Amino acid sequence: MIIVETKKIEELAESLAGKKKVLIVGCNGCVGIHQQGGERQAEELAELFKLDKVLKNVDTTVTSILRQCDKSIVKDALTDLAAEADAILAMACGAGVQVVAESFDIPALPAHNTSFIGVQERESETFYERCVACGNCILHLTGGICPVTRCPKSHMNGPCGGLYNGKCETDKNRDCAWILIYNRLKALGELDRLKTIMEPKDFSKKTHPRSQEA
Amino acid sequence: MAKYYSKLMESVASKEFTISGEIDPPKGSNRKVIEHQTELLKPHCVAANVTDNPLGIVIMNTLAPCVIMQEMGLEAIYQATCRDRNRIALQSDVLGAAALGMKNILALSGDHTVMGDHPQAKPVFDLDSVQLTAAIRGLVNGHDMAGKELDVAPQMHIGVALSPGLEPIEPEIIKFEKKIEAGAEFAQTQCVYDTKVLERILDLTSHLDIPILPGIAPLKSVGMAKFMAKNVPGVTIPDEMLKELVESKDIKETTINITAQLIADIKDLGFPGVHIMPVGMDAEVGEMIKRSGVR
Repeated sequence: MIIVETKKIEELAESLAGKKKVLIVGCNGCVGIHQQGGERQAEELAELFKLDKVLKNVDTTVTSILRQCDKSIVKDALTDLAAEADAILAMACGAGVQVVAESFDIPALPAHNTSFIGVQERESETFYERCVACGNCILHLTGGICPVTRCPKSHMNGPCGGLYNGKCETDKNRDCAWILIYNRLKALGELDRLKTIMEPKDFSKKTHPRSQEA
Repeated sequence: MAKYYSKLMESVASKEFTISGEIDPPKGSNRKVIEHQTELLKPHCVAANVTDNPLGIVIMNTLAPCVIMQEMGLEAIYQATCRDRNRIALQSDVLGAAALGMKNILALSGDHTVMGDHPQAKPVFDLDSVQLTAAIRGLVNGHDMAGKELDVAPQMHIGVALSPGLEPIEPEIIKFEKKIEAGAEFAQTQCVYDTKVLERILDLTSHLDIPILPGIAPLKSVGMAKFMAKNVPGVTIPDEMLKELVESKDIKETTINITAQLIADIKDLGFPGVHIMPVGMDAEVGEMIKRSGVR
């Protein structure tokens, strides 16, 4: 799922400068499921506005919708409310914010920084990036562990010399993706896969913005 | 007999104990730094590496020092990393380096950008070191990665790195095998101070036909030894070596002796040579070699 991080209140105040009526819209898609931008978080954000010396003067309306990356849902749910507002503060990922922005004539502003496609580990209450949407999945070759995402250098042929006690040179708490892959392939009896040279990735598949027929 | 383009490879092939050195480019455009290191290393090393912004710290590039030292008569080993250049820039740089007379290239991954003094920089890593090795092999064979034919192919020998102390070592050995399959002709290793680690790597690579020059950097102080053991992946410092440094009355003298002993051990174990990274002790490299008795 898409993982986000809410912007600091000062940054939101700066982007909303001069706006009097703001429609805060939660998204119950990915960010709602992870309790980062759903109905409750939208209400909490409106409460935070009341505590801020600048934003307390803003008149807020709060709602949330099924998902903001679907234009028909956005238009059906928000058209009437948007007509009453100066701006929309969209609590979705970057894709959702853009759908809201192109749906109405008033500005739609992001409440979040979009972080990554990831998973949540319940025990540590931490989100971890797991996919960079490279457009050419090789998980069948790497024991279900993505080196493109989980190796900071996106290496394709094994660990680099920065490996230290199974961890990565960029962060002593980060597992080396290639040691995870090595251990997994060994356990699966597929270590031979590691012996085949993997060709350079085709980044033409990642030329953005991408599109694909539904 | 196979034809060699470089003195480095000729030396290895001749079964002479081969010594390569290393030049650290300055943070600045001061060519005197290069000239000074070249003068000090030239009498003792058949060739010397020029690092490519190690740790991602901005210093003078690799090619300029390579050209300066070759003009002065010391053969260069041009280091190329995947951190800052995509496959277009890497191939283009190799072609240019060859036109300027470079005969050896060391294909490396490169330290990540977040390690250095410009952590905000966009890391490239379009290729990894195995893929870079294959790309350079392609160029030497006369074509680029797109299969297009070259007007004069570069004549270069390709080197790669090996980290003998990594744990677990098996994935490193598998990667090393892939580098050789991709076209590597020689290897230099990360710093090694422990003969047990050297013996292990000899054993693990005995099936591979490639000269390996173990890397050493003089341990200039107790602090440096402890830092290396704690922070440099795969580096272990034997207790006796650390004790020698701790109890030393003349640290420089001890450093020279320890390094000389390491060089001698490396030769005795049967390695074809050694790669010395002087880390500022360029003026003492000659004495280290002399005391080692390898020549």
